[in-house]
Amino acid sequence: MIMANKIVKKEQLIPGQTSKLVIDAPHIAAKAKPGNFVILRVTEKGERIPLTIADTDPENGTITIVYLVLGKSTALLEELNEGDEILDLCGPLGKATDLHTGGTVICVGGGTGIAAMHHIAKGHHEAGNHVVAIIGARTKDLLLFENELKEFCPEVLISTDDGSYGHHGLVTELLKDRLEKDDSVIEVVAVGPVPMMAAVSKTTEPFGTPTTVSLNSIMVDGVGMCGACRVTVGGETKFACVDGPEFDGHKVDFGELRQRLAAFSCHEKESFDHHCRCKCNDNS
Amino acid sequence: MTTAKKTKKQIAPRVPMPNQPAAERARNFKEVALGYTKEMAMQEAARCLNCKKPKCVQGCPVQVPIADFIAEVAKGNVEEAYSIIKSTNSLPAICGRVCPQEIQCEGACILNAKEQPIAIGRLERFVADEYMYMDACDLISAKPECPFIDEEKKVACIGSGPSSLTVAGYLASRGCKVTVFEALHEVGGVLVYGIPEFRLPKEDIVAKEVGALKDLQVDFVTNYVGGKTFSIEDLKEQGYKAVFVGVGAGLPRFLNISGENLCGVFSANEYLTRVNLGRAYDFPNYDTPIIKGRKVTVYGGGNVAMDAARTAQRLGAETVHIVYRRTADAMPARHEEIEHAVEEGVILEVLANPLEFKGDGKGNLASVTLQKMKMGEPDESGRCRPLPIEGETYELETDLAIIAVGTRPNPVLLENEPDLKLNKWGYIETDEATNETSIPDVYAGGDIVTGAATVILAMGAGRKAAQEIARRFGIEE
Repeated sequence: MIMANKIVKKEQLIPGQTSKLVIDAPHIAAKAKPGNFVILRVTEKGERIPLTIADTDPENGTITIVYLVLGKSTALLEELNEGDEILDLCGPLGKATDLHTGGTVICVGGGTGIAAMHHIAKGHHEAGNHVVAIIGARTKDLLLFENELKEFCPEVLISTDDGSYGHHGLVTELLKDRLEKDDSVIEVVAVGPVPMMAAVSKTTEPFGTPTTVSLNSIMVDGVGMCGACRVTVGGETKFACVDGPEFDGHKVDFGELRQRLAAFSCHEKESFDHHCRCKCNDNS
Repeated sequence: MTTAKKTKKQIAPRVPMPNQPAAERARNFKEVALGYTKEMAMQEAARCLNCKKPKCVQGCPVQVPIADFIAEVAKGNVEEAYSIIKSTNSLPAICGRVCPQEIQCEGACILNAKEQPIAIGRLERFVADEYMYMDACDLISAKPECPFIDEEKKVACIGSGPSSLTVAGYLASRGCKVTVFEALHEVGGVLVYGIPEFRLPKEDIVAKEVGALKDLQVDFVTNYVGGKTFSIEDLKEQGYKAVFVGVGAGLPRFLNISGENLCGVFSANEYLTRVNLGRAYDFPNYDTPIIKGRKVTVYGGGNVAMDAARTAQRLGAETVHIVYRRTADAMPARHEEIEHAVEEGVILEVLANPLEFKGDGKGNLASVTLQKMKMGEPDESGRCRPLPIEGETYELETDLAIIAVGTRPNPVLLENEPDLKLNKWGYIETDEATNETSIPDVYAGGDIVTGAATVILAMGAGRKAAQEIARRFGIEE
């Protein structure tokens, strides 16, 4: 019952940009399934932010999260070290991935989304599917979780925008190539930036391959109370927190999602600047 | 017979509540009503006729012995009055502020027929506030001292809103070991995320009433979501002998009109949760942001709509319109709330129905198209229906729209507890006499049973469940 939420391991995956935390949270680890997320808060005046669970270890009672330092809340999270506690950690939230068996599942990940995709890919692997991972980044140094995926994925295909590693180009090119050659694919999963998920959905559409995307909408409570995370799916309004976060990529209105994700961009900048100013004043 | 003699007595007018001046309060988040002084309270209490069979008590969902506590206030005995209220009500400072007394105790007051009713809510608030700073432990129940807590009588409450807090207060004061599980990071449910600071101060009032429960060894566990972090079965395995489900209202309803997902359109739940729970009114000192609209429109006519409109006003809006398709007198909000809102400058845009939200081409809200309405003949239910006036539509500029048209059942717990029987509206079905659900020893109350209602009705439901739990534990008859 006592929730320590202690960080047992911290690893800077991309220094100054992306980190991985292994957190002691047995109550969440025991229940979390692929596709679930947590909501956390770092300080008393902090904001609630959702982060997808990248991995769990129910035996040791830990969950793993990976985040990109993007604004004030993630900057505050980045200030924590091993042994520190996360003030509020709530989960597992959202619907779990719908894991059906019987074929090849291609899991596409981009940027920090690769970490979130990792847990889903692992779920498909454990369900008995042949999992092909396709991961991409701008350049080799920004690629995450290649080794973690290789632990269970028989195939990990890589692309970089600048050609520094793997295929020179986009993940969608690798995906299209694979879909043309392989008719055992029962599902494609995509997690990453909105344009990438939109492009993956567009790529799979002519093949008629069921495509699941995991959305990173803005959330407040994360338990279905506020509707901040609403998204149009097949013409209907859905709540990413309780109806998702995974939806049929062929039905999601990505344009609207992109606009809604930017709704607070001015505030996010103001908050971050305020944070930096306060830190400067503290140091002087 | 004595009342016959008393009717001749001239009754003084009700002592008015001192408020922050409207122009001033419309720009701050401090409490609107300032509360009675002791002199004012004693003067108001002296108006009470002390009826032999007080109707006010029948009007109270938690049966506070109103006439008895008022008699003590009239004598200046605040401590005694507090103890009387607390014998049935764990949250008097909250009830004194947010109960719709006009349709409950004060509505039932015998003076209502010819005079103004006794200001029972204001007196309850006065007593609770006066007493708040002292140690409430020995006064939280009718029993004279802190009870011995029996660790075997384990009770869990899911959700920490008014219904659960009532269950916790009732049972803890009778020796049960109560644990309250809350999904959010702060305890209080709607008292914290929903009702604004200017009507119900969070630190001074809600936190103090919760603190009094902690004194009774009630444990509060935050960030624990019923149906997600744990199931009812888990609780039973952990030795809880009774479970109360008070998870509150859920998914906000929207208008289902075009443009509703534009940036700048919020549910009242989101808007208020950001401002109240997230303290977004103090952004960027607090990290949760809010869009401060210039031209704000609010949709709905209930208390939540009033709260949202008055919040927007305080955040510096140039104009705030409440759009409602009927007339102002048909609004379900408390009269006092509507009055306060209008005093603060909120404009009632009545007989208007939203048809469409329009954007600026970049995904941001720019305006709303409204349909002019007129009131038609009464329907079968006796209520007049609003009808559109053919061809009469108009545009209203708005960069922030807040939808306050109610909620639907929250699926988070219900989806994961298939054994809980639901009614045809999707809320939890309970036994009327005990509030027990279809699962034995699992009770439910508040908005998850009734749909969106008031704090005090939720408390009444919690009290009924708590009485049954106490009876089964053999604590009470």
